[in-house]
Amino acid sequence: MGHMQTLSRRAFVFGSAAIAGGIAFGAYGSAEAATGTAGDNPLAARLGPNSVTFNPWVEISPDKITLIAQHADIGQGVGSVQPIMIAEEMDLDPGQFEIRFAGPSPAYFNTGFADEFAPFVAADQSPAAEEARAKTLEWLRQAGLQMTGGSSTLPDTYDKLRVAGAVARETLKAAAAKRSGVAMADLRTQSGHVILPNGTKIAYVDLSADAAKIPPVLDAKPRDPSKWRMLGKPMMRLDVREKVMGELKFGIDMKMDGMLYASVKLNPNKGQPLKSYDAGKARAMPGVKKILEIKNGVAVIATNSWYAMKAVDAIACEWAPSAYPAEQADHWKVLESSFKPEFLGKEWRKIGDIEAGLKTGKLVEAEYRAPYVAHQPLEPLNGIGLVTDKGMEIWVGHQSPRFVQWVAATAIGLKPEQVTFHNQWSGGSFGHRLEYENVRVLAEIANQMKGTPIKLVFSREEDFLQDIPRQIAIARHRGSIDKGKILAADLQLASTTPLKGLLERSGTPSKDPDGQLAAGLWNVYYDIPNFRAASYEAQGLSPSTTWRSVGASTSGFFTESFIDELIHAAGLDPMQARIAMCTVPHYRKVLETVAEMSDWKGPLGNGRGRGVAFVESFGTPTAEVVEVTATDRGIRIDKVWVAVDVGKVVDPVNFENQVQGGVVWGLGHAINCELTYANGAVQQTNYNHHEAMRIYQCPVIEVRGLENDPKVRGVGEPPVPPAAPALANAIFAATGKRIREMPFNKFIDFV
Amino acid sequence: MIELTVNGTKRQVDVVAEMPLLWVLRDELGITSPKYGCGVAQCGACTVQIDGMAVRSCQSHIGEVAGKSVVTLEGLEKKEQHPVLQAWIEHQVPQCGYCQTGQIMQAISLLDLISNPTDDEINQVMSGNLCRCGTYPRIRAAIHAAAAKKMAEK
Repeated sequence: MGHMQTLSRRAFVFGSAAIAGGIAFGAYGSAEAATGTAGDNPLAARLGPNSVTFNPWVEISPDKITLIAQHADIGQGVGSVQPIMIAEEMDLDPGQFEIRFAGPSPAYFNTGFADEFAPFVAADQSPAAEEARAKTLEWLRQAGLQMTGGSSTLPDTYDKLRVAGAVARETLKAAAAKRSGVAMADLRTQSGHVILPNGTKIAYVDLSADAAKIPPVLDAKPRDPSKWRMLGKPMMRLDVREKVMGELKFGIDMKMDGMLYASVKLNPNKGQPLKSYDAGKARAMPGVKKILEIKNGVAVIATNSWYAMKAVDAIACEWAPSAYPAEQADHWKVLESSFKPEFLGKEWRKIGDIEAGLKTGKLVEAEYRAPYVAHQPLEPLNGIGLVTDKGMEIWVGHQSPRFVQWVAATAIGLKPEQVTFHNQWSGGSFGHRLEYENVRVLAEIANQMKGTPIKLVFSREEDFLQDIPRQIAIARHRGSIDKGKILAADLQLASTTPLKGLLERSGTPSKDPDGQLAAGLWNVYYDIPNFRAASYEAQGLSPSTTWRSVGASTSGFFTESFIDELIHAAGLDPMQARIAMCTVPHYRKVLETVAEMSDWKGPLGNGRGRGVAFVESFGTPTAEVVEVTATDRGIRIDKVWVAVDVGKVVDPVNFENQVQGGVVWGLGHAINCELTYANGAVQQTNYNHHEAMRIYQCPVIEVRGLENDPKVRGVGEPPVPPAAPALANAIFAATGKRIREMPFNKFIDFV
Repeated sequence: MIELTVNGTKRQVDVVAEMPLLWVLRDELGITSPKYGCGVAQCGACTVQIDGMAVRSCQSHIGEVAGKSVVTLEGLEKKEQHPVLQAWIEHQVPQCGYCQTGQIMQAISLLDLISNPTDDEINQVMSGNLCRCGTYPRIRAAIHAAAAKKMAEK
């Protein structure tokens, strides 16, 4: 451990000092699964006879080729595009390889976080910014931060998986050259074979033993995109057929011999313990095998999930009260009183003389609100756990393999390396599977049921009650208009802290300001001569966590609504003004593209309205136009146009699906979703209380991907933040009514 | 013992009569295409056919299903050539895919009732099926494509 502690201390010093001003970092000391470094290949340890692995992503045995999907598949297509990036370089076809999710290892550290964590806005490509990103990357390598998130599926792996595939291909060729005596330059590869000049084909699997005896060709270069067979072209996601045929097994579908089923009732006052319980009635219910007390609740072990859920429902529990305000109104009061120096997270950006700017011209002030919101992927939290004398095995869909080891181990007094983690296909996440409620209680339950595999399934109600929500926030924005231009914008918000909370629960607490509260607030690319962006961190409220697009899901709404108000006050056209003010040429192109797609020509009239919003999140600039009609049954969303620049569209069909899904997510939750606390528990416990968008409200969504950004960017989250402000701005255009708080259905009806 | 027919095979289960069909299928019979999403008929992920009608299996007590014929997605006839499944694959509808088996079972039922549905008719019949990933534009497109395939077959 001595080595790791030194490393962690260094990581912490780097995290808090060198990157001060960037995104909150954790001290990784407590969460290290003290095994290996980023340079080790975890596949090497479990390699079978006559098999070879060239790097942490490719394994070839005499009977099969296995490609590793580094990230968790939560519906975003990781299980397809990541193996295909390797297969593209290896000249493998779909069907010629198996796919396995990465196990916990620092080798799978996420390089894609370097840009998000370094303290520079995405459009800043200056040498200083790039140097900070390089330092952040080195820190990530040392920390071994293995996590799916931040729209990093492609930014993390676009280079390294193609290189991994190229190394495999060239090494296989070298092995074939050695065996055949033909020069490597005269060999080519196709469909899983090395092909000799005389047409002889040698299958990769037949070269595995030979390839293991030679050093890998590490200087192999990936091919130019013009040579791609699959990438960049419409291709079939590898998981589509199995999902449509109902054959794909999600975590919740797994079954083991001798397995029993568990369900839980946990203290809805999040994070607080159980005081007492009465299971008299539950004990006598059908199928019940056992009733267990765990730290923050009770569990029923039964022969069927439904028996377990029914019985746990019948247990009367007395709970310790919440540490946060029991009633929702008091959460808002705490936020309202958080705009004070002692709660200042950070002043993220300051340009010009903001105070002087605000005193000149016409002052515009507005307050915006965003509530707690649930994630609620359709597959509820679940997992299978088995504890034996050796340790724990856990089968669960999760975005942070190494933190799962730490959380499970810590819950039951094991070392992280005693926890064997098997990632599962997940039925959605949206940030939910970055948290650990199911992992912690499953460890506790399985530990009390040693030797028996336990399948835990949360009821939907329990899942809602334990869902650590999206941050709640209030923005108080001020700005000024002078001579038909925006002269000043002072953007301030008070919020709970999503990333800080997650890091703490992951065993990596950070004292740094929560950088996700800057997302959508400081990265504003309009030419506003006097500008300030500052965040205040409210204390003592509900724990909060990352929800699809994280900080920008609230700040994007606040900023782009306020910019719209300023533009309106200046008497300008919302689209033309944004284009004119945009300081980054290829971001301006995104706005121009969405204007062209929607044929933007100013006001529509006749109860129809259009709104535009532009937000860069996770480095991806996204512009959306929403068109609505005010009908006698309420607002109808007719159409949405989206332009988004990801540098390179790698998986075009899935790209469109992700963008459309992000828009649906952003619109649906803005319209009708919030979580509110009463007696310390959230009041919304199923989808009828927290509905989001159904198909009848879903507009036509037209998508265009641009490839002007110098880097490859992700698209899982960036389409979310512009959706809510574009809708609010469209409603204003149609009705004259400015909605400054989500969910919008508190203020206006929707069809 | 309660007896029912599942995907053409007679099955016997020893559970209480109140147990929803969903949990009989999933935990007793190991048939996992019907998904648990909400338990209260809010999401449609558990949709199966009972005697040819699309129903939410989380709302059908096994006692009431006794003697009836249940078909899940696993048991669809000519599954590989099924026009709805084919359309779902061609349009690459799924993202996470968790709701899709229920969406498909509902869409099959829709096309049995209305051979060439309009968007409004699709909205009416499919609005009980929640998709958290937001694949609705593709669901619409796939249903239209499946309708065209079915008509071409006739």
